[in-house]
Amino acid sequence: MPDTLLEKLWNLHEVTDLGGRDSLVHIDRIFLHERTGSIALRGLEQAGCGIRAPRRVFCTMDHIVDTRPGRGDITLVPGGREFIEATRHSARKAGIHLFDIDDSRQGIVHVVAAENGIVLPGMSAVCPDSHTCTLGALGALAWGIGSTEAEHAMATSSLRVSRPRSMRVNFHGETAPGVSAKDMILHLIAKFGSRAGRGYAVEFAGPAIRALSMDGRFTICNMAVEMGAFTGMIAPDESTFAYVRDLSFAPRGPLAQQAQAHWRELRSDDGAEFDRELEVDCAQIAPSVTWGANPEQLADINGVVPEPEAFEDRQKSLAARQALAYMDLEPGTPLRSIRIDAAFIGSCTNNRIDDLRTAANYLRNRKKAPWVQAMCVPGSSAVKRLAEAEGLDEIFRAAGFEWREAGCSLCFHAGGESFGGRRVISSTNRNFQGRQGPGARTHLGSPLTVAASACRGYISAAEDSR
Amino acid sequence: MNLQTQIFHRGIAATLLQPNIDTDAIIPSREIQRVSKEGLGEALFSGWRYRSAENREPEPDFILNQDPYQGASILLAGDNFGCGSSREHAVWALKDFGVKAILAPSFGGIFFNNCALNGILAIELEENSIQRLAEWVRIDPRGNLLEIDLTAQRIRWREGKEIKFDIEPARRSLLLDGLDGIAATLRHEAAIAAFEDADRDRRPWVYEFPDG
Repeated sequence: MPDTLLEKLWNLHEVTDLGGRDSLVHIDRIFLHERTGSIALRGLEQAGCGIRAPRRVFCTMDHIVDTRPGRGDITLVPGGREFIEATRHSARKAGIHLFDIDDSRQGIVHVVAAENGIVLPGMSAVCPDSHTCTLGALGALAWGIGSTEAEHAMATSSLRVSRPRSMRVNFHGETAPGVSAKDMILHLIAKFGSRAGRGYAVEFAGPAIRALSMDGRFTICNMAVEMGAFTGMIAPDESTFAYVRDLSFAPRGPLAQQAQAHWRELRSDDGAEFDRELEVDCAQIAPSVTWGANPEQLADINGVVPEPEAFEDRQKSLAARQALAYMDLEPGTPLRSIRIDAAFIGSCTNNRIDDLRTAANYLRNRKKAPWVQAMCVPGSSAVKRLAEAEGLDEIFRAAGFEWREAGCSLCFHAGGESFGGRRVISSTNRNFQGRQGPGARTHLGSPLTVAASACRGYISAAEDSR
Repeated sequence: MNLQTQIFHRGIAATLLQPNIDTDAIIPSREIQRVSKEGLGEALFSGWRYRSAENREPEPDFILNQDPYQGASILLAGDNFGCGSSREHAVWALKDFGVKAILAPSFGGIFFNNCALNGILAIELEENSIQRLAEWVRIDPRGNLLEIDLTAQRIRWREGKEIKFDIEPARRSLLLDGLDGIAATLRHEAAIAAFEDADRDRRPWVYEFPDG
């Protein structure tokens, strides 16, 4: 029987069948951060439970820690210090790996888990963070959980999981120049809706996925959760093997060869049957930007803000009306005429080196519009160092962007820095009401779209200035 | 740990029917200021419930500020309720406010699991059923109470009318037994150890790796 990638990954990790669709699944890697990991570690301490395999548990500081230069334990986020100190204290006591604020490996959890080779193809990995699905791009089974489940995973090296259904999304055809992985995934979510993936593990496949760099693949899988999926995944291939080679926690020598032989089997067999298959024609994808308060509320850059009554679905129509009231937009407004106050390049969706190179390449010899606050926040300290070695930080600074330390930063407002009351073009993943600050109006787009919009001061595509 | 799931619950239902109410709306990140699961009810829906984040002046248009919905223990919600961030604080805030059950056409996946692990009943019902219940409770929210019976898997509403609901057996027994998940899984410790022994031969790099 031909198997899907999901079936292979599931069979690799199933400890016991618990009846129905439920299994006890082995967890190879657990990642924590100071926001939700702190409380999971404390919960475990209070329950008097130990960690079953502490050296397979990793923790980083990303959510609360400042991204301003010269940062320390004191944060702009009220109460942030408690999260940082509690996490450090519990992590040291528990004997897990900790990438503290000043550690060269510090960064956003999903970025550092990949770039250090901690999560590898075929592994199961969880983190109390919804964007853990990012790591599916390595061909891993990786998904977001709550704090209680994180306690369970640490105590037992396993989780009780309801087996997801399988979906494959085939991206065929070629994308036009200037269309990025971000535009591909936003297009998919808008086309099929923000709960199309509910209950599914979604395998992204097809020539346009194969053609993406690993950084592009991380962007695709990162937003699987924005279509409601249990997780996203991409079968590992030569690009994946080249990416993980020689990473610090990855196997070396003969073990690396053994691992690679195993990883080559991790793909959906020809003729494997999926519960659902979707097709996307990449030729139809343009640079795209959200106009509403959910990632599915999207238009192509040449489009206009839609009429809420135009949606046949009553709920979508209602949601559009509420979103436009919040976003302070009129139906029929061309996207390119929307003036922005701020531009943000960052988050686990889009702040790896490819993203920064693409944005910097556009920003070279350009400047942001005078009224725009622009900011670039690298995904990890390693990404930041590499970007600086390539001189990208100078390009960002010369274009009028702030150049920050690594972290989640203004992907969300945690009580410290805020885009409150302002209109932001953002390379992040969520345009929810108030996400980037009270009253902040977020428009999602690719790093290239953010860079182009920052320069014109209005929502723009890179092609507008060519 | 006793999760105190109510096997039978009767209460006031408030309607929040717009789709895609995310966990950032249920509890904004800025409200999470302590490493604690307690006392988060005040922060529930704070972006909508208060006129400003600072002085906590109630926003009269928001349903949970209106009489008698301050005492609501059931939410009738829209599609994809609890999508977005994994923060379990969303569930802790609902629980602290007094919510025992949420009825919606669908839920965000992580939120759905978090509800069960904290003894909140998240029930998937067709949108039509939600609409009918919403119309009925709005007529007389204090008098038209919903009765949810987990054992019988049904919701009683107007005289003699009931709606059956589905719930996965494992989730149902978790809710009914109030099981401590860790203790239950540790009963499988021998199987976990045996799995790891076999897996160590198959995938040694998972267990032994360079220490960074």
